[in-house]
Amino acid sequence: MLKINNLHASVEDKPILRGINLEVKPGEVHAIMGPNGSGKSTLASVIAGKEEYEVSEGEIFLEGEDIEELGAEERAHKGVFLSFQYPVEIPGVSVTNFMKTAINETRKAKGLEDMPANVMLKLIREKSELLEIDRKFLSRSLNEGFSGGEKKRNEIFQMAMLEPKLAILDETDSGLDIDALRIVANGVNKLKSKDNATIVITHYQRLLDYIVPDYVHVLHNGRIVKSGTAELAHELEAKGYDWIKEEVNA
Amino acid sequence: MELKEKLVSSFMAFENTIDVDSPIHDIRTDAFKSFEADGFPNKRQEAWKYTSLNSILKEDYSVFPKHEEALEYKDVKKYFIHDIDSYKIIFIDGKYSSHLSATTHEGIDVCLMSSALSKPKYKLIIDNYFNKIATKDSLSSLNTAFSAEGAYIHIPKNKVVEKPIQIIHFSTGTEAALMLQPRNLVVVDENSHVQIIERHQSLTENPVLTNSVTEIFANKRAIVDYYKIQNDKQSASLIDNTFVNQKDQSLAKVHTFSFGGKLTRNNLNFYQNGERIDSTMKGITIIGDRQHVDHNTLVHHIEPNCESHQDYKGIYDANSTGVFNGKVVVEKLAQKTNAFQANNNILISDKAMINTKPQLEIFADDVRCTHGCTIGQLDESAMFYLRSRGIPEKEARVLLMFAFSNNVLDSVKIPEIKQRITKLIAQKLGVNIGFDL
Repeated sequence: MLKINNLHASVEDKPILRGINLEVKPGEVHAIMGPNGSGKSTLASVIAGKEEYEVSEGEIFLEGEDIEELGAEERAHKGVFLSFQYPVEIPGVSVTNFMKTAINETRKAKGLEDMPANVMLKLIREKSELLEIDRKFLSRSLNEGFSGGEKKRNEIFQMAMLEPKLAILDETDSGLDIDALRIVANGVNKLKSKDNATIVITHYQRLLDYIVPDYVHVLHNGRIVKSGTAELAHELEAKGYDWIKEEVNA
Repeated sequence: MELKEKLVSSFMAFENTIDVDSPIHDIRTDAFKSFEADGFPNKRQEAWKYTSLNSILKEDYSVFPKHEEALEYKDVKKYFIHDIDSYKIIFIDGKYSSHLSATTHEGIDVCLMSSALSKPKYKLIIDNYFNKIATKDSLSSLNTAFSAEGAYIHIPKNKVVEKPIQIIHFSTGTEAALMLQPRNLVVVDENSHVQIIERHQSLTENPVLTNSVTEIFANKRAIVDYYKIQNDKQSASLIDNTFVNQKDQSLAKVHTFSFGGKLTRNNLNFYQNGERIDSTMKGITIIGDRQHVDHNTLVHHIEPNCESHQDYKGIYDANSTGVFNGKVVVEKLAQKTNAFQANNNILISDKAMINTKPQLEIFADDVRCTHGCTIGQLDESAMFYLRSRGIPEKEARVLLMFAFSNNVLDSVKIPEIKQRITKLIAQKLGVNIGFDL
């Protein structure tokens, strides 16, 4: 699904990623953990195609295709989805209209006709139920005045609508209370299949009680310094990140 | 013949046709003298530094159209906010169209300036309000000199007028070039509430120049909501002079939507003659090739404990030009004033230009005045967000511009107007994102 080789990325000449290697296979859930400033969000943005980051070295393959040169929308069309840590407010454009636009632009890129209105409505109803989203919520302006929890739930709703191959959840648990966390995690779990893959980026282990990863990677100073199973996340929760830093520096 | 000379001879002819005993005869004569002395404004004047009238003054305008043209409602329906019940005061080439209008005298007066100026029963209001706040600048004076027709609205106290009032000036191109000078008077008495929509619409490519004056009086605790829709043809230009006088605890809002026309100048002036007054001016400007929009605003804080809110957004494409000149005066007496001003602009093209200038004159010491102007491009992280959802760069840009301008619409209280403006914005920006607005 995703293969990253020796990825180096910088912003304004400041190196942030210093040689990332990662392989994610269909059906897998990978967690990327690490202290603040280790490069977690940068990695997510670089995979999704944010242009501010300069990739100086390395490759990103999605299903065998090098996507490094593609724009963010082209990567989205190929099935990459990023759930934002800080979703942007778009006044005047309702959640529903935004989703219609996103879906139909993706269909257009694939040479398909617009999704018929009744099919769209059915899909919206189905997916909003999955995320326990109220109908009224869908006619509100996208993210405008949404609480932290509503924003995150809305991100996962978008993911459910777009059915990506590779979903990257960037700090989706931040700002969520326990009920919202459960709903969001439940949504993500239901969307999991043997054909898609998920990367969960998080600082805390909490979310991983709900979305159980197959692999856990620890990012430090722009490199993956340790990989393991879900056990590693528990260890990090108990012992913090300092021992990792010490191990690396030793 | 130069336009000014033409106006001089026209004024003489005009004077002969009207009653010299009319109470406003002297007002007209004085106003004309004032225009004659000052002439049209030019770029040497500070307030006109960035707006030149030269290109529009060179047309050979008819000042009094000779022909009368009828219009069928079905042909012009699209210029009305037609999905709500409303009063209508409609003019065709400066002449009242009873056919298209729906006026009233039941409890309120929604009718014509020509009646108000000639009938005794309106004399008291005319004496008390007509030309009382319009300034003596040359263009307002010119309008005063020729003032004969327009909308006359008087809402006596304790009336909430449920239906909005639409004022539309059509021009039909029967003259090779036409100059219109509508004169509107709106008097809203204590505790009353009115909503007004004003539009100027040319129906052909023949040049039209409109020099309009509107005086609005919001008396104690009155609420006035005024919407100006400026989406005229490229052949049409508009100089809109609007004056709002507010008394204690009144609330007046003017929204100006400028989407078209060759040259549009909005002189919008608020005078706060009382305490606990709230004045709001909001605008959205979206223009393109060879278009120019100039917002020249003034809020005069005269007494304590009042507020003013100005929020203007502009999107300028091609070689369009824009001006925002927002003046806020806070008199020494006007303590505890809260004045807010913002002007945010996006230039889409390298050739577009905006001149934005806040002008604060504050003589009181216990006040809160904020102002901010921005000229910029779209937020890159917002662009990335939209693109990461599969929306291509161009569509994402348009969607963000839509969002940028759209949040001025929060204060629009009539849903049908909000919807109409949203549609116009979408059209103007070429939003083709497959959703119903």
